[in-house]
Amino acid sequence: MLDRDEDILKAAEDWQKAGHGVALATVVETWGSAPRPAGSSLVINDDGTFLGSVSGGCVEGAVVTEAMDVIQSGKPKMLEFGVADETAWNVGLSCGGTIRVFVEKVG
Amino acid sequence: MKLAILHELNAERAARRPVILVTDTESGEQRLVKARDFAGDPLRAELEKQLRMGKSANVEAGGKKLFLNVYAPTAKLVIIGAVHISQALAPLARSLGYDVTVVDPRTAFASPERFPDIPLVADWPDVALPPLNVDPYTAFVAVTHDPKIDDPALLHAFERNCFYIGALGSRKTHAKRGDRLRAQGAKESDIARIHAPIGLAIGAVSPSEIAVAIMAEITAVLRLPPKEKEEAA
Repeated sequence: MLDRDEDILKAAEDWQKAGHGVALATVVETWGSAPRPAGSSLVINDDGTFLGSVSGGCVEGAVVTEAMDVIQSGKPKMLEFGVADETAWNVGLSCGGTIRVFVEKVG
Repeated sequence: MKLAILHELNAERAARRPVILVTDTESGEQRLVKARDFAGDPLRAELEKQLRMGKSANVEAGGKKLFLNVYAPTAKLVIIGAVHISQALAPLARSLGYDVTVVDPRTAFASPERFPDIPLVADWPDVALPPLNVDPYTAFVAVTHDPKIDDPALLHAFERNCFYIGALGSRKTHAKRGDRLRAQGAKESDIARIHAPIGLAIGAVSPSEIAVAIMAEITAVLRLPPKEKEEAA
């Protein structure tokens, strides 16, 4: 499929301009059956509002929590989720794949 | 991501121009490369390949781990002629991820009953096409068999530099079409761009099979590097 993401990057820009702290999370690598391909992204603002997706809803909660840290610190983070990771018990991917998600602050 | 980069990225996407965002995943450093600047870029080969495939990927260059995030515009397909082939072609193209529009001034053909869920414009090409923003990320297919409708549409497709232009008809029909278009000011190089007979030669017989042949040809033009493209043609 060609990409048909909703326009979440526009939302990221609008939120930032409205004075919000904003983070962008992007899938940069996948192994096995990952629900969203590399390049998929999620934007989060300091209210905890988010748009887009990096998985089929499996790890979004954890990504949002980490994004709050990134908004605070301004330092990018690389997150990894999957069955090989102990966090899999909490927020693993039910499909059995592994994904790496890059989280960065906007602005 | 710096706000200036995000702003530029959004502007390029809104204008339907492809870009690739290069991120050093360790330092977080980023730069945006526009398609027209690929030629002079040190990552030229990787950038061109990923854009052609429409796929984001990781590469290593100069000891750095880089993520190339590809933002390619959604490809469009404009079909001139709400004919039987189009009824098979439109849903097929949609399933491949294209934004599809069917144009035909003949309202008996361009009816919602014949094209459920497909955007239809029941107008002549000179009225219908300008608002569709036909561009280099558009595949353009003329299948009415009626020069009054197909010819002006093809002239529009040349002008907008569509990545694929195809027209229905035998070699004989196509030779006549070439004469007509030339008389209306089309360049030889424009006429040479028309894929006619339309579609890959797979022995297609039914409208559905012809639709498959057309989409296969469009896919080849979109995805193959220039050299392999010549070999497939």
